Amino acid sequence: MTAVELTVVRAGALTTVQDAGRRGHAHLGVPRSGALDAPAMGLANRLLGNAPDAAVLETTLTGCALRPDHHVTVVVGGAPCPVTVDGRPAAWGAPVRVPAGAVLDVGAVTAGVRSYVALAGGVAVRPVLGSRSTDLLSGLGPAPLRDGDVLPVGAAGSPAPHPALPFAAPWPAPPAELVLPVRLGPRTDWFTPAALRTLTSATYRVSPHSNRIGLRTEGPVLERASTGELPSEGMVLGAVQVPPDGRPVVFLHDHPTTGGYPVIAVVTETGLAAAAQGAVGVPVRFTPVG
Amino acid sequence: MTRTTENRPGSATDVTPGATPGGTSGSAPLDVRPAGRHALLVELPDAERTGAFHAELLRRRAAGTLPPVAEIVPGARTVLLDGVPDPEALARRLAGWEVPASAADDAGVVTIPVRYDGPDLTDVADLWGVAPDEVAARHASSAYRVAFCGFAPGFGYLTGLPDELHVPRRATPRTRVPAGAVALAGPYSAVYPRATPGGWQLIGTMPDPAPLWDLSREEPALLTPGTRVRFVPVEGGAA
Repeated sequence: MTAVELTVVRAGALTTVQDAGRRGHAHLGVPRSGALDAPAMGLANRLLGNAPDAAVLETTLTGCALRPDHHVTVVVGGAPCPVTVDGRPAAWGAPVRVPAGAVLDVGAVTAGVRSYVALAGGVAVRPVLGSRSTDLLSGLGPAPLRDGDVLPVGAAGSPAPHPALPFAAPWPAPPAELVLPVRLGPRTDWFTPAALRTLTSATYRVSPHSNRIGLRTEGPVLERASTGELPSEGMVLGAVQVPPDGRPVVFLHDHPTTGGYPVIAVVTETGLAAAAQGAVGVPVRFTPVG
Repeated sequence: MTRTTENRPGSATDVTPGATPGGTSGSAPLDVRPAGRHALLVELPDAERTGAFHAELLRRRAAGTLPPVAEIVPGARTVLLDGVPDPEALARRLAGWEVPASAADDAGVVTIPVRYDGPDLTDVADLWGVAPDEVAARHASSAYRVAFCGFAPGFGYLTGLPDELHVPRRATPRTRVPAGAVALAGPYSAVYPRATPGGWQLIGTMPDPAPLWDLSREEPALLTPGTRVRFVPVEGGAA
């Protein structure tokens, strides 16, 4: 197989390399990182016969444009967006063959936040601590893409190392409203009973200050039962942390490994994939599960 | 002698799975709380018992007697067990554990050379009520232990500073603290593994900070939780 290199023609607002992230290093202060919409990454990879966690590109709102030096098959999924190859419309959510020297343009999202560009063979930048993911909190992994960058693509393998899905599976539509299932705890006792009712009944909205570290919200304040200071403790993915301003923040994949604000609840895995596609202003509701 | 005088607001009982007052005399029962579907947050009465519980977890994991846990993340008074396939079963097992009052002193000792030349040295000397040239001896005379990491990869929070030497953070954080800065805040000492913004009081410099975080090593962090640390004053910096 000929090694493929991709030139970044247009990096977009924020495009990063992501895979399943780094586990097992949180005790050293190393965030998990990885694709925020993991099911979208997995489906895009499976349509190509890649391993589900082969490294992909994660775009943010404005897409990106790429030019391979040899032909490569790609899938653009996640948040829906127009896809073109040398200006001609191409499929979203299904395999597209990009000829050598042609420009794949991943357009601005029409809904949601993050599109995923999977390439047969996967993005082949050097792993750091077992992952190729860009971690925006700690700076581990490759820097966010810039115009003119060149990225290596792995050998696609023939036949594909994993059986490719024969046709496009249905992609979930980005949510018009985020309904995030939560399990209460570990620090519910730091909040008033009224705060717990507010959390599970009020409607919040996605704040423009959201990023890969956390989904910030705007809405009613969650009142604490105590004003004490919580000694730093380990934080899980999906933790709903409540900073002094009282508005819940959902920790996403680049979250800090320890923190000093109480966690009132934890969003489930399925809720996290939806949260990855929650655009600014989208309503957010937290619903308790057992 | 059971001492459970910890004063935390509210009670954890409504969210504690398998809560069993299983502690024997000399060992407070563990406060185990669920943190999502696949994690447990275990709270302990003090930093010493937290260190001892963390050491016990590592010992059992090394011995192959700990059920699968992807991450063991100590905090100031807690240990987070994350990536646990069956947290309810693990919580039941933890209820029967006895945790010694402090960790055995058998962990390795890391020596950190320090030039005591930090820009906050005189402020810290004032807070301690000593002359600036006495700060080095006071800081270096304590035995430290990495309680936990956070803030940045390889940034360890070191306990061991006597209570009377605890100092507040700076009122105004610096936008850039250089790599190797030896710093104090509250009960903790730390060495910045790389340049970052920071609000700690800077008392010195580790001349070569590269070993603090080295991705070419199997264990990239020098200051892993549980590691014992000594600071050794060295000459050579402008005070």
